[in-house]
Amino acid sequence: MTVGLTHYLVLSTLLFCLGLFGVLTRRNVVAILMGIELMLNAANINLVAFNRYIAPGAVAGQTFALVIITLAACEAAVGLALVMAAYRTLETIHVDEIDVMKW
Amino acid sequence: MGELAAFIILALVTLIPAVVVVTSKNIVRSALSLIPTFLGVTGIYILLSAEFVAGIQVLIYAGAITVLILFVIMLTEGGTGVRVRQVNEQVPLGATAAVWLGFLILLVIFRTTWPVTGAGPPEYSAATIGTAFLTDYVVVFEVTSLVLLVSLIGATIIARRED
Repeated sequence: MTVGLTHYLVLSTLLFCLGLFGVLTRRNVVAILMGIELMLNAANINLVAFNRYIAPGAVAGQTFALVIITLAACEAAVGLALVMAAYRTLETIHVDEIDVMKW
Repeated sequence: MGELAAFIILALVTLIPAVVVVTSKNIVRSALSLIPTFLGVTGIYILLSAEFVAGIQVLIYAGAITVLILFVIMLTEGGTGVRVRQVNEQVPLGATAAVWLGFLILLVIFRTTWPVTGAGPPEYSAATIGTAFLTDYVVVFEVTSLVLLVSLIGATIIARRED
């Protein structure tokens, strides 16, 4: 039995669901960002696996995986800057306590 | 057979630390568990013969993003104590949602016949990817560079201490 496309898709599904669980249940903003990184990694595995098994002649999947890695770095930088700003003004990084706009 | 063994080992290296990331009570342990997860994904890329993406994954994810996360944990020490409750009250709901979504996606994966080509992996190289970036995907490339610049400036302005 060789490794096929389905193996990679199942792996990325499991990784995505773990990331989703982390995003839905964590209070700490940094931990929520970690969950988002896991989900982005799952998407990247999908892109590269489809590139390898469906269209091996092109590099479209790898190209977009690289773009997603770049955007994940941007998202982490901006998100963590927001965490720093929120911590300085509200002195908490728990999302259920950041409710100043909640009426 | 060797490929399957390598895949299973890499999948375990990816998934077991990922479980620690989302369940650990200690936020520093979560952040450090991200590193084996990212390295496992790197091995998956190498198994898919995408060596350039694997290199970038090590540099940016395992190197830069993990260090960034650890720095922010260090700077926001008020929320990182081990005795601080790290999960909110919707753990059962979140687990149900994640399990159901995973079940649905797996159902779709196994019921679809994928148009897999039997061809072996061609020789991907950094030169091929670079040529693709500057010919077919040049708009994507330029917009990404713009996004990088904007996020650099935006992160600096947001995180700046206002005096």
